[in-house]
Amino acid sequence: MSPDGTLAAPARVEALPRVIEAPRPTPFDWGAVAVHALLLACVAVIAFPLYYAFVISTQTIEEVIARPPILRPSDHMFQNYVEAWTRAHMARLLWNSAVVAVVSAVGKIAISMLSAFAVVYFDFRGKAVAFWMIFVTLMLPVEVRIMSTYEVIGNLGWLNSYAGLTVPLMASATATFLFRQFYLTVPNELVEAAQLDGVGPLRFLWSFLLPLSWANIAALFVVLFIYGWNQYLWPLMITNTEAMRVVVIGLQDLIPRTGTHIPEWNVMMAAAMMALLPPVAVILFMQRWFVKGLIESEK
Amino acid sequence: MKRAVFKNRALPYLLVLPQLAVTLVFFFWPAFESLRLSFFRTSPFGFEKLLASPEYYQSIVNSFVFAFGVTALGVGLGLLVAALATQKVRGLAAYRTAVLWPYGIAPPIAGIIFLFIFHPSYGVLPYWLGFVSAYEFNWLLKGWVAMALVIIATAWTHVGYNIAFFLAGLLAIPTSVLEAASVDGAGGIRRFRSIVLPLLSPITFYLVVVNLIFSFFGSFGVIHAVTQGGPGNATEIMVFKVYKDGFIGLNLGSSAAQSVLLMLVVIVLTAIQFRFVEKKVTYS
Repeated sequence: MSPDGTLAAPARVEALPRVIEAPRPTPFDWGAVAVHALLLACVAVIAFPLYYAFVISTQTIEEVIARPPILRPSDHMFQNYVEAWTRAHMARLLWNSAVVAVVSAVGKIAISMLSAFAVVYFDFRGKAVAFWMIFVTLMLPVEVRIMSTYEVIGNLGWLNSYAGLTVPLMASATATFLFRQFYLTVPNELVEAAQLDGVGPLRFLWSFLLPLSWANIAALFVVLFIYGWNQYLWPLMITNTEAMRVVVIGLQDLIPRTGTHIPEWNVMMAAAMMALLPPVAVILFMQRWFVKGLIESEK
Repeated sequence: MKRAVFKNRALPYLLVLPQLAVTLVFFFWPAFESLRLSFFRTSPFGFEKLLASPEYYQSIVNSFVFAFGVTALGVGLGLLVAALATQKVRGLAAYRTAVLWPYGIAPPIAGIIFLFIFHPSYGVLPYWLGFVSAYEFNWLLKGWVAMALVIIATAWTHVGYNIAFFLAGLLAIPTSVLEAASVDGAGGIRRFRSIVLPLLSPITFYLVVVNLIFSFFGSFGVIHAVTQGGPGNATEIMVFKVYKDGFIGLNLGSSAAQSVLLMLVVIVLTAIQFRFVEKKVTYS
């Protein structure tokens, strides 16, 4: 502890901030303004298609086909939405989509929690095989085995049923891995203490793990809800009745094909707005969970 | 680390049963069925016949153009936003909100919106392009315009996803590293190129693979809803052709053979993805 040393140290600390501030002497940061302007431009480009769709959904047909295009909302919104709602049987379509999204998400979370629990907290014969079988499903998206999966559903008699729409979506390696990762972070002492107190495995899952898992469940639910709501190929294949259609598919009947139809793009866009609102609202209102779910299901 | 385990003979099997049952019935059975069909239902040379058909090559080319187009556009725009955000601007979370929501829009619905934006008579894009060029941007006539339409619509739904990942990566870069670089006199572009970009490269790589997988296999809807593979077969990608040949053309053998080839592609891409995950786990 020499006096020189104690004197030199504060001097150096004082010198440091000046070095950091030196490159930015300007009182007003034009660079930041430019960056904000560019970021806002990106946001505008990304937001434009939705804005445009909304604008069209509020216009009359004359305004829709006007040249130059009219880029501001008009006053025909209510009529268009009512027309779209009745013509596309929107209530039924939205209900079916909601059933598919909620049931497949909840089912997937439930069976994934159970299988991850078995893999982490038990030693059993065939564990490696079970794990491998779950893992390999990542490699076989429904798109690559369309025809034979269709035959399987036909054999089960599940065409045009909610079971056919939801159960096949429930097997997911991603959700199982997410829960497995999470269970592995739960301290061993918790299990040991529970076992000392004579808590059985199912009780441990229900009273200890489940309350700890809510954040993960919420995050997964948001991601899976959107995944289920936006399913296309699967519902297209296994449903062919009006009553069982989901909204993403049902919308197509409203597309005015060039040449043969009245260009009712305003009604089309009104229906599109209604179909995209639920998943977009879920993202906006549950954004924290959504981002968590996205980033974590990557692992 | 050895974990404490519960002792029970039957329970673990009961717990994995639901997931294994769904997996067996809806994954393994159809997959083996596809394999069996592709080898036995057609002539033994089903694959050879498929690989000899020019339409199939066209669909492979289309798939690659589509997948790389979507990936380049989506990841590129994501990286651009990430580059801008390197400048430590305030309100990053607000920008994230402002770009994230398109992820909720199903690609077929996005396709319908862009169908109108590209509409040859009423759309705003051909109208604006009409001021700069006399070229007729009609997706019904020009195959590449149709391809651009589905690429842009698909990339639009995914750009927020890419940006969310890049921002998460940016936030993980210690501020001290960037400050140290400023002290050493590195400007914004230099900081991005020498520090941020290398640190983001695992995320970029991951996003490239995920975007490729998504656009190879998840893009049936936008093609089916918007172009139906047309005009001609300019936007007929591989997954759409599997559906068209099998479900509409009822050529089950060819469809099954195509399924098997698609499985190979997805297995390769997934293997690449897992190599990456492994690497990241080892090094972090």
